[in-house]
Amino acid sequence: MPRVGPRFCTVSLLRGETVAFPIRKPEEKTVDKAAQLMIRRAEELGIETVYHRYERMQPQCGFGLLGLCCWLCMMGPCRIDPFGVGPSKGVCGANSDTMVARRVLLHIANGEAAHGEHAFHVLETFKTAVEHSSKNLPFPYRIADEKKLRAIARKLGIPDADTRPVLDLAIEVAKIVEEDFVRTTEEPLNLLKAYSIEKRKRTFERLGIVPRSIWREGFESLHRIHVGVDADYRSLLIHGLRTALADCYAMAAATELQDVLFGTPRPVESYANLGVLKQDEVNIVVHGHNPLLSMKVVELARSEEMLSLAKSVGAKGINVCGICCTANEVLMRMGVPLAGNLLHQELALATGAVEAMVVDYQCVMPSLADIAGCFHTKLITTMPVARIPGAVHIEWKAERADEVAREVLRLAIEGFRARNRERVFIPDVKSKVIAGFSVEVILEALGGTLAPLVEAVKRGDIRGIVGIVGCNNPKVPQDRGHVELARELISNDVLVVGTGCWAIAAAKAGLMTLEAQSMAGMRLRKVLEVLKIPPCLHMGSCVDNSRILAALNAIADALGVDIPDLPVFGSAPEAMSSKAVSIGTWFVAHGVNVHLGVVPPVLGSEVVTKLLTEDIAGLVGARFVVEPDMKKAAEIILEHIDQKRKALGLPA
Amino acid sequence: MISGEIIYVDIERCVGCLSCYIACAVEHSLTKNLYTAIYETPGPLPRIKVAPALGYNVPIRCMHCEKPPCVEVCPTEALVKTPEGLVLLRKEACIGCKGCILACPYGAITLSIAEKVVSKCDFCFERTEKGLLPACVEACPTKALKYGRVEDVLREVHERKAREFVTGLTGAPSGTKVLYGKPPAR
Repeated sequence: MPRVGPRFCTVSLLRGETVAFPIRKPEEKTVDKAAQLMIRRAEELGIETVYHRYERMQPQCGFGLLGLCCWLCMMGPCRIDPFGVGPSKGVCGANSDTMVARRVLLHIANGEAAHGEHAFHVLETFKTAVEHSSKNLPFPYRIADEKKLRAIARKLGIPDADTRPVLDLAIEVAKIVEEDFVRTTEEPLNLLKAYSIEKRKRTFERLGIVPRSIWREGFESLHRIHVGVDADYRSLLIHGLRTALADCYAMAAATELQDVLFGTPRPVESYANLGVLKQDEVNIVVHGHNPLLSMKVVELARSEEMLSLAKSVGAKGINVCGICCTANEVLMRMGVPLAGNLLHQELALATGAVEAMVVDYQCVMPSLADIAGCFHTKLITTMPVARIPGAVHIEWKAERADEVAREVLRLAIEGFRARNRERVFIPDVKSKVIAGFSVEVILEALGGTLAPLVEAVKRGDIRGIVGIVGCNNPKVPQDRGHVELARELISNDVLVVGTGCWAIAAAKAGLMTLEAQSMAGMRLRKVLEVLKIPPCLHMGSCVDNSRILAALNAIADALGVDIPDLPVFGSAPEAMSSKAVSIGTWFVAHGVNVHLGVVPPVLGSEVVTKLLTEDIAGLVGARFVVEPDMKKAAEIILEHIDQKRKALGLPA
Repeated sequence: MISGEIIYVDIERCVGCLSCYIACAVEHSLTKNLYTAIYETPGPLPRIKVAPALGYNVPIRCMHCEKPPCVEVCPTEALVKTPEGLVLLRKEACIGCKGCILACPYGAITLSIAEKVVSKCDFCFERTEKGLLPACVEACPTKALKYGRVEDVLREVHERKAREFVTGLTGAPSGTKVLYGKPPAR
């Protein structure tokens, strides 16, 4: 067999297989220095990671890449020939447009279900916490941020929000949020009514996409994509908008109630990247998306009890750090360092320095169990909905949260003795990060009103605002899109805000420090220096995209315009998950253009592609833009921003 | 007589995913990119198909015959047998008479209606000259298609069978004149 490509995957060679595709060097797999070192290390140890699996998966199925395969019924699987030679319809008669649109809707519903259930778990906990507090019973959770609760109540239009007893108010808030899950009438979501600006609400009503309940819209989506139900790509995608809007307000519910339970984030300094793991301490990595347990783990890890236990096994302390959005949640509220984003999860374990990785749900790779099995590391699953074979399962329940956290910590601390120091390799790479820019904090920094920010936008010192969000995707070198786009934009006087894996990427790249102000354009730098903020603002986890929307609503209100009129843009340069599809869709529904750096599986239908990238603008005032080249993407974004500025009569 | 590089088809391994089909069309498109190839006019044509037979999937394409009937019937010498043993189409000479389509015993030649010429497998000679695998072979996720010198490919087959005999995962089928006894574990 001829050898093809410069290198062969070590892991595959170990298995006696050859890989027909050129294997990218670590430098081509990621721009993150720590990850490059760790990929080499993993290869030395014969450990397969997501980067290797991606290459072994090449070439990926062309039908799938185009959205032209369907396995929704057992007459299938079906695929449609994109070259027009073979079948043009599935067995049921669905054509490429139906097939692609169904799949988009499935992605959106999947994302909505993920955020919806996250929000529901938070709501359940919030409700039970309030009930216990009302009866003066002990409970692991309680209302930590009364001010935020009152602000939410005011927004929801609860009378006497400033004076009523806090627990009364909490019961009301819980009821109103709960209604948004269980409503059986055609009434809109309470949260949408309370949070959305009037102009947007009218658009949603005109299009018939006002979501009625968080459970209902996703449920209806699954019905619509069932064999022989909705075959019209337009109506499928319109319902996609509705489901995505339900997702949006589920996320708002999660953010708001988490703030009440754990405190509204405030600016906090910490470090990011694998260099935050410590040689001489018990390392615990929290990973996933829901902070309910991880907050408890962090609190307890800082207790005297646990510290002395750690010392008794010869550790100098307990070092909790995080991966993915659970990390963002505990960073923003407790200053816990970030170990990394999505593609770092396996690498963190490959350091051999982690005693326990505690996971909740979403974006947690099942392969973690295999890598943990190569070391003394314990992978601990904690959520009933997310179990992994090979992991230790210690199930979180709200009323048992403290005990669960204690059990997890004990297991981790005991594990420290078993650490094999000779196999530990921690890359000495980390960057400083300032995080925790909730809307409340931004307002506070501006002196209680958005006016200074709006003035800066009007003057052109801030040319526009771009929200960069979303995942990592091994289809593109890790973090390259995230960092390149952010750098390009800030150097052009665009303020960049964001969440999720982008926020972690920007943190690792040092873009969330005051020193990074020097990378900003001259005019933006002036503003940043006055406000003493970094050019890239960490606004939280991916459910906290609701914070970005809240900021946009406030700016639109301050300018007296609709969101599509604002000089803003959204981007997901390395989108991967269904949640990202859903988030992107509700940003578009709210009138924000969304750039994707990875081609979504829709090109198999010309009309669906056209609807998403062109025609949808006629409905909601915004559209998707797909551009893998970040230089070009930045040009597209800047051009749009300048057009919007001109339309508003603002100077260039 | 077989010489040079061949494509070996392991029918047992083909799951009928049609990855070869897609890769072939993309390779023979102008842009050589899936996302743009599907929007080209005339659209690129795949030169391989997967035919179901007796519960198996069989990838079918031009066999590059030693004495190709298609070359014999071609009135314009558009189809030629090269010294390397490949049967190639000179598109500019093809008048679309379809004689070769009728002559081919494997049904491996198709007509491009848009271009009014025939279309067939070219063994990806442009790729193999550069040391790349033919597109279909590279795309095959189960390695049902292999490419290489006949002795190398067959050696790989022998070695796999030999391993299977040793591990006892498969014995020889009944009715053979040779039987293998499973050796003790080592």
